[in-house]
Amino acid sequence: MQEPENIDQMKQVLEAALLTAGQPLSLDDMLKLFAGRMERTTLRMLLDEIKQDWNEKTLELVQVATGYRFQAKPQFSEFIARLSPERQPKYSRAVMETLAIIAYRQPVTRGDIEQIRGVAVNQNVMRQLQERDWIDVVGQREVPGRPSLYATTKHFLDDLNLRSLDELPTMDDFEQTEIPL
Amino acid sequence: MLPQLNLEIKIKGELLAELPQDLYIPPDALEVYLEAFEGPLDLLLYLIRKHNLDILDIPMAQLTAQYMAYVEKMKVIKLELAADYLLMSAMLIEIKSRMLLPKPTEIAEEDDPRAELVRRLMEYEAIKLAATRLDAMPQVGVDIMVAAAYYQHISEIKPPEVGLDELVGAWRSVLKRAKLITHHKIGKSELSVREHMSQILRRLKTDGMVEFSALFDQEVEVLAKLVVNFLAILELAKEGLIRMTQQQAFSPIYLQANVSG
Repeated sequence: MQEPENIDQMKQVLEAALLTAGQPLSLDDMLKLFAGRMERTTLRMLLDEIKQDWNEKTLELVQVATGYRFQAKPQFSEFIARLSPERQPKYSRAVMETLAIIAYRQPVTRGDIEQIRGVAVNQNVMRQLQERDWIDVVGQREVPGRPSLYATTKHFLDDLNLRSLDELPTMDDFEQTEIPL
Repeated sequence: MLPQLNLEIKIKGELLAELPQDLYIPPDALEVYLEAFEGPLDLLLYLIRKHNLDILDIPMAQLTAQYMAYVEKMKVIKLELAADYLLMSAMLIEIKSRMLLPKPTEIAEEDDPRAELVRRLMEYEAIKLAATRLDAMPQVGVDIMVAAAYYQHISEIKPPEVGLDELVGAWRSVLKRAKLITHHKIGKSELSVREHMSQILRRLKTDGMVEFSALFDQEVEVLAKLVVNFLAILELAKEGLIRMTQQQAFSPIYLQANVSG
């Protein structure tokens, strides 16, 4: 195929790449598709157009932390899920609370997590989150023992369909409300 | 069927006749019950919320009594799990006793001893809610299905381009290496037998009698060198420069310089 010359051809190249990627494509990734013959602003515009084009279809183009990806519209998820009967196991409360502390208070040390939860951090909990590539070590706090500082990863944002941490529900919303028991 | 427990729990002055059903856990399921709480803060929050205590004005005596009742049971079953809980008991009792102490008038401005506990409880409660919110968010693979249309990645194997210059360069380096190899070969054969003969003779001169195998340092020497060494010994014997002796078959062979020769 010739190098794309008009908007439609460029959009076709983009669509084909996005649909086959299976993971988000960053703007830089997509610029590579056009071997340097593409401006960032044009690319963004094309992506917006593709988003519009797919409005009435089964997939949608969304932007997450590491780039753009096509995904099934939410109403189809429950059907698709039936294809894989072994559902992803739920994380324990310990894991979710630890994740919440890291997400909202990052960067934090294990000590910080223990202080907030009032119990020792189970090594297994940290391992589960690290293996999922949801958290990683971003540095050490300059205090005796130089404890590791943990933060959430971009992959975590991708998996929750978020572009940045700002899109997490804000803590203020529920700081004072009561927890249903 | 509710358990008959010897616990007196008062809520706002009213005696609780029997444990509320949602608190009851059969004794053999105690482990499950312990793990239902994520720690002392979680248990305290549960008690506070369950009994509608005011978190900003916690009745310490009441809360501490209820808390201790839980921890006592816990201690029996799972001591190691109870450590964090015991620490909290100590903290609760400390707060309670500090509240009982009469405040000296000059430092009447002292903070409420409960302040730190309340702060921690509220922070924990916020995180707990954040965790449930996070858990409820749509997740890739569960609620979000990422498109991944099939694409056979065919990598065309392009033969690398070769110019005349590269070809010439390659030929030169082949020649260069070939020279090195031939040179090396010559050096080796020149070195070999005669030099080893002198080495062996020199050694026999200083050591007198040497066992045959002692002349072969197998760990250090390469195979070619061992062979050359052997040839050197044979050559020395042939020229009558050394004498080889052996007491009987398979016993060690000894080498000696042939002094008379």
